[in-house]
Amino acid sequence: MSEPRAFSTACHRSLTRRGASFLAVSPACRQAFVVAFAGYGLAGPAVFFLLVLFLLPVVGVFFIALTDWQLGAGSFSFVFLANYREAFADPTFRASLANTAVYVLIVVPGTLFGGLTVALLIESGKSCRSFYRAIHFLPFMATVTAMAIVWEALLHPTIGLVNQIFAAVGLSTANWLRNENTVVPVLGTIGIWQNLGYAMVLFLAGLKSIPRDLYDAADVDGADLWIDRLRTVTLPLLGPVSMFVVIVVALRALECFDAVKVLTQGGPGNASEVLLYTLYRESFEYLRTGYGAALAVIFLAMVGILTLINALVMDRKVHYQ
Amino acid sequence: MSAATSVNRLSLLAGILRHVVLLVTGALILVPFLWMISLSIKAPGEIFHASFSFWPVQFYGIENYKKALTETPLLRYMGNGLMVCGLILALQILLCAPCAYALAKLRFFGRDLIFGLVLAGLILPHQVLSLPLFIFGYKLAILNTYSALILPYVVSPFGIFLLRQFFKTIPDDVVHAARLDGLSEFAIVWKVMVPMALPALIAFAIFSVVGHWNDLFWPLIAVRDLSLMPPPLGILVFKNEEAGSDYGPLMAASTLVVLPLTIAFLAAQRWFVEGLTGGAVKQ
Amino acid sequence: MASVLIESITKAYGLTPVLRSVSLSIADGEFLTLLGPSGCGKSTLLRILAGLEVQDAGSVSIGERVVDGVRPKRRDIAMVFQSYALYPHMSVASNIALPLRMRRLSALQRLPLLGRLLPRTTQIAADIGVEVSRTAKSLGIGQLLSRKPGQLSGGQRQRVAVGRAMVRHPAVFLMDEPLSNLDAKLRVQLRAEIKELHQRLGVTFIYVTHDQAEAMTLSDRVAVMLDGELLQVAPPQSIYSDPDNRRVAEFIGSPKINLLDGVMRERGLIDVAGSTLPIEADALAGTPLSLGIRPEALYLAEHAGQGVLTGSVRMVEHMGSDLFVHLDLAGIDQPLIARLLAERAPHIAPGQTLHVGARPDRILLFTRDGRRLRREADAVRRYVAPLREAAG
Repeated sequence: MSEPRAFSTACHRSLTRRGASFLAVSPACRQAFVVAFAGYGLAGPAVFFLLVLFLLPVVGVFFIALTDWQLGAGSFSFVFLANYREAFADPTFRASLANTAVYVLIVVPGTLFGGLTVALLIESGKSCRSFYRAIHFLPFMATVTAMAIVWEALLHPTIGLVNQIFAAVGLSTANWLRNENTVVPVLGTIGIWQNLGYAMVLFLAGLKSIPRDLYDAADVDGADLWIDRLRTVTLPLLGPVSMFVVIVVALRALECFDAVKVLTQGGPGNASEVLLYTLYRESFEYLRTGYGAALAVIFLAMVGILTLINALVMDRKVHYQ
Repeated sequence: MSAATSVNRLSLLAGILRHVVLLVTGALILVPFLWMISLSIKAPGEIFHASFSFWPVQFYGIENYKKALTETPLLRYMGNGLMVCGLILALQILLCAPCAYALAKLRFFGRDLIFGLVLAGLILPHQVLSLPLFIFGYKLAILNTYSALILPYVVSPFGIFLLRQFFKTIPDDVVHAARLDGLSEFAIVWKVMVPMALPALIAFAIFSVVGHWNDLFWPLIAVRDLSLMPPPLGILVFKNEEAGSDYGPLMAASTLVVLPLTIAFLAAQRWFVEGLTGGAVKQ
Repeated sequence: MASVLIESITKAYGLTPVLRSVSLSIADGEFLTLLGPSGCGKSTLLRILAGLEVQDAGSVSIGERVVDGVRPKRRDIAMVFQSYALYPHMSVASNIALPLRMRRLSALQRLPLLGRLLPRTTQIAADIGVEVSRTAKSLGIGQLLSRKPGQLSGGQRQRVAVGRAMVRHPAVFLMDEPLSNLDAKLRVQLRAEIKELHQRLGVTFIYVTHDQAEAMTLSDRVAVMLDGELLQVAPPQSIYSDPDNRRVAEFIGSPKINLLDGVMRERGLIDVAGSTLPIEADALAGTPLSLGIRPEALYLAEHAGQGVLTGSVRMVEHMGSDLFVHLDLAGIDQPLIARLLAERAPHIAPGQTLHVGARPDRILLFTRDGRRLRREADAVRRYVAPLREAAG
């Protein structure tokens, strides 16, 4: 906010110095106008699309959520909070919320500990670093839709590799994706598989930023066993990164859609109905536009809360360095 | 000296343990990829005859890949993906770079407001916007066209943010010198700033292309014609047609969809890691 | 309390040698400074002493005990790092307490929560607390114990780092450029505090710096290192006025010592820059030599003549009480720099012709390969007398 003020005072000062003649604009002032003009010209197109493609739709979604609009219907009426009330009373949406929560609670800790462990192991030695990093990062960038189809083959009740191995070592097999007790944990496992490399890379960056001097100081101070080094230096200094990983992985888990769409379509029953899948189905399959918009608002609120926590925590951790 | 040798032996042991654990976790991570390739070269009979072996008894790869390419317009899908990703990226850079420059280096009234808009766009999950954008596309009568796939993404808040952060690190004197040399603001963006910001631009390009090549949610909503579908949607349709029975060609198709990015990733690992996570770290 | 003996330490990183057979003996309670430009190997030597790095060859003893292969914590040393290396997530009190906790509490006792239930943990922790606050008070940071390092100023962090080092009474203090991250004023203040600390504790200090002023003011002896070699180990005054070696003479002193090429004329006289200067050291007539003349050893002469150099003034730098006058001498590229008292030389202007003389006893002579050439009597005092003493 200081910039515009600086701009106007500079103009003001030069105007008064020149006897407040509005026609005789000072060169400094003209320069400021030229720059501002260029600013609008350069930012203009992007701002236009930001308004049309982002701001307008967000406002729109809040507005539509207050109506009973069904796409294709000519008219609609305001129902205010009825869509939200309906959502929280709807067993499908409740199941969806609960499943999403379980999914997030599986994916976040699994990814966090998996990613941290792999990162610590990779960083603890010098050889093959980029090889291991590449392998573990691969699922993160592979097309989820295609890989979900592969997972379906792996989890196939009769010919899937998973059941073959389980049977071979004497564990009980299951129809993983058609059993309501196993479907969310299995989706969670796929989620961990997919995001572990992402967490690993963030942790590797975090580990790199720990000053070497601290490990030397720990050596001299007597904290020279690996467990002591971990407790005295590594883990505390990874604190902020870990918090960040928790949030971004939670956000990604909240946006789980592709695997559900490919593998389970929310089934069996409502057992794998997740937030974004419900949103998709209500909005675009059942065309319940007003209701779908309300779900979108709820989804946005959850993302907003996580982002807010992230911002607050990041702020608080600044004193670390 | 015995203390030193025992320490050496211990660190040798720890080194071996490190490799063992990482090879095991790495293998677990790779299982789906390997199984995908394995099934894509096996005959239907062998697939349904449960076995652990990676390599097929009878090499059926040619048949499977031929079927994947002929029974579905897979090449068309991939062409669509390439075109859509390319156009999105080009338009994003075209729109974002000047805006990022204005936000980083110019002073004008409302600049902070615009930056606030960018930040808000940055944290918005795109799925929230899908419903209004769908209605928007419906009103413009562009649903089920390439425009529907491209238009919602022509401006990227992340792109603006990333480039702005990078432009901020370029000294103001560079801009002043360029102005003294007679370059217009427009020329400064394209002839001075963008070339200097190449690393950020590459990182953003990878972020953008990977994201849109892999996206399923929006194409599912926006297009219905097979001839318009990008790879993820195409392969989903293929899977639903096959009803999951004919794994060989399906796996061959999956392999072909995953392959281009994987090769690019292995060739430019550092850039990919930076592009896909660098933004997250900076947020 | 311990002496430190360094014997023929060699170290290379890959093919780049960092230390070339460095030997040094440090007395118990001595304050020794390793002085050299960055990259000369002084920090590596210190890290080898600490056990943070392993030498390729040679041996280190601390207090009569060979410590090669001994872990840092068992060497009875403490170290203060250039970056202070304070643990950012711990309070000042925990930072200072850590070395004691790691030594006095077992791994089980150090567990969070559970450790407190074990016998004696509380008692030991309380004792540690007492020692920590005593140490902190003695350094004037008693009121900061509950703060985190991020909330402290540079000087305060430095004191915490010193506190963490001294709390367990090590026999040897290692300091790696501990003042280089501070501003000039604070550096002078803390320099005095470190000196005081050394006098109070009476233990051996080994101090690494690239700052001559620190080395000169703090040390009992200074060890000058260049390119991985120890060039001279001597008290500060001798390092400055009686260097063994042309490289030492060049490295110490600001502005740099003037070096002029000359040829011996006869006993007590040398030809240099078109003039003849009287000198005290001796060499065969016709021997080419280097003369080192410190800027303050030059004085203004009335007119040209024997023992006087004549040149034209290139530039005058006013430094307050002193003037640095840069003189162009005939046939010599490098200007001769003279440090003159400002009040004695009121109006010197560029272009002016100036005569300067040099005191014979302040002219240092070096052979062309850099070795110092001493007056016979000095050489005897320096090299022969100690041998006699040792013998008898």
